[in-house]
Amino acid sequence: MSVPPPIAMLAELTHRCPLSCPYCSNPLEMAAKEAELDTETWADVFRQAAEMGVLQLHLSGGEPASRRDLEELTRAAHAAGLYTNLITSAIGLTPRRLDALEAAGLDHIQLSLQGTNAQLADKIGGYRGGFDRKMQAAEEIAKRGIPLTLNAVMHRQNLDDLDRTIDMAVELGARRLEVACVQFHGWATKNIAALLPTREQTEAAKDKVAEASKRLRGVLAFDFVPPDYYADYPKSCMGGWGSAGLNVAPDGSVLPCHAAQTIPHLQFDNVRDTALKSIWYDSAAFNAYRGTDWLPEPCQSCDRKEVDFGGCRCQALALAGDAGATDPVCVKSPDHHRVVAMLAEGEDEADLTYRVNA
Amino acid sequence: MSLALSPDDRPYLPRGVRLHDDRVRGSTVLLAPEKAVELDQIGVAILSRVNGEDTFAQIIQDLAQTYNAPAQQIEQDVQRFLVGLRARLYLMVH
Ligand code: SF4
Ligand code: SF4
Repeated sequence: MSVPPPIAMLAELTHRCPLSCPYCSNPLEMAAKEAELDTETWADVFRQAAEMGVLQLHLSGGEPASRRDLEELTRAAHAAGLYTNLITSAIGLTPRRLDALEAAGLDHIQLSLQGTNAQLADKIGGYRGGFDRKMQAAEEIAKRGIPLTLNAVMHRQNLDDLDRTIDMAVELGARRLEVACVQFHGWATKNIAALLPTREQTEAAKDKVAEASKRLRGVLAFDFVPPDYYADYPKSCMGGWGSAGLNVAPDGSVLPCHAAQTIPHLQFDNVRDTALKSIWYDSAAFNAYRGTDWLPEPCQSCDRKEVDFGGCRCQALALAGDAGATDPVCVKSPDHHRVVAMLAEGEDEADLTYRVNA
Repeated sequence: MSLALSPDDRPYLPRGVRLHDDRVRGSTVLLAPEKAVELDQIGVAILSRVNGEDTFAQIIQDLAQTYNAPAQQIEQDVQRFLVGLRARLYLMVH
């Protein structure tokens, strides 16, 4: 099998974050500040990535603005020729820092929205005053004309708020709205009952997005990521394991996806001692679930195997106890009953467990 | 709203959208927010004429001349391509 070069890289600059969202996908064991890669090492990773064919770089976290050297890192990414996107809650992005990021060549900002008003957003983010600071930053971003995507993680407690979310995206001058239903990785697994949207909510959200994208054609583009629990077949994991993108964790470990560290038997190489290129093409972790040869039954003889590659490895681990199993979301999976049982467990009154910061 | 371009519209790639010479894959890609679109030769021919100054009509005329093809057919193809980009806000017009 010939392995294509990666298109996108997610650089998790830090796990530090002023918010403590209960759906955070950061691992339960977060990297401490002392373990983070330094500026020079990141800059070198960006150059290696560009050389091997990465086009899009996502600067992420935690909250990337928690890194004092974010401006310098942006400059390095831009100089390497990467399209540079900042994924941020915007807390800590002062007008001065925005100016510096703009000057450094930042291409785009993806702003996360925890809720459509201070009460809801600050409850979810666990940070009082966070919403107001975000709105101020959003205005500053709009004023500068920096291309903006709004990202709203939808879950059981806010899916009904979708109309207002769409209006806000238009008001803030965003070109794109990403409505992503919560995924249960990392910290979020502690909150499945409280956050899992109902089937009715999911259907209603789908309809609303379809209506709004027609109404706002040419004004706002939509990307809707529904949860796959209510579907018959799983989603493909980012076009297949190790096929399109890679993640670099704050300490320099390179992962096929942001949740891959939950798979205990995989070992991840580190950019501190191995070249990015050889990690992508040759490492055991990236080759573990590449392509379709490793697939078990019922996938092996299924005509969808080139479509979904057996689904999500991390979900298979979380729900079936085996990262090499068919994704239990699939109706053909012998473990599908576990998904059915999980869906029955959602509760409106369940308490949220907030992320505890490193 | 209809996103079809009129003859006098002057299309341009807004900030955050640009053509990129992808040396690793040997192709030209359109880079946009969180998206990379690999372009074929026709896509490149169209977008390299999109500069915010030339009108839609001029672009069609230029393409028709360069490729020695009927303007009407070219207009259909270009219109479809540009409307698709406009719907994603990868293209805007003056
Ligand atoms: S393996 Fe699962 S968690 Fe990881 S990116 Fe793929 S879908 Fe997501
Ligand atoms: S059996 Fe496997 S390949 Fe077929 S749809 Fe289910 S997960 Fe996908």
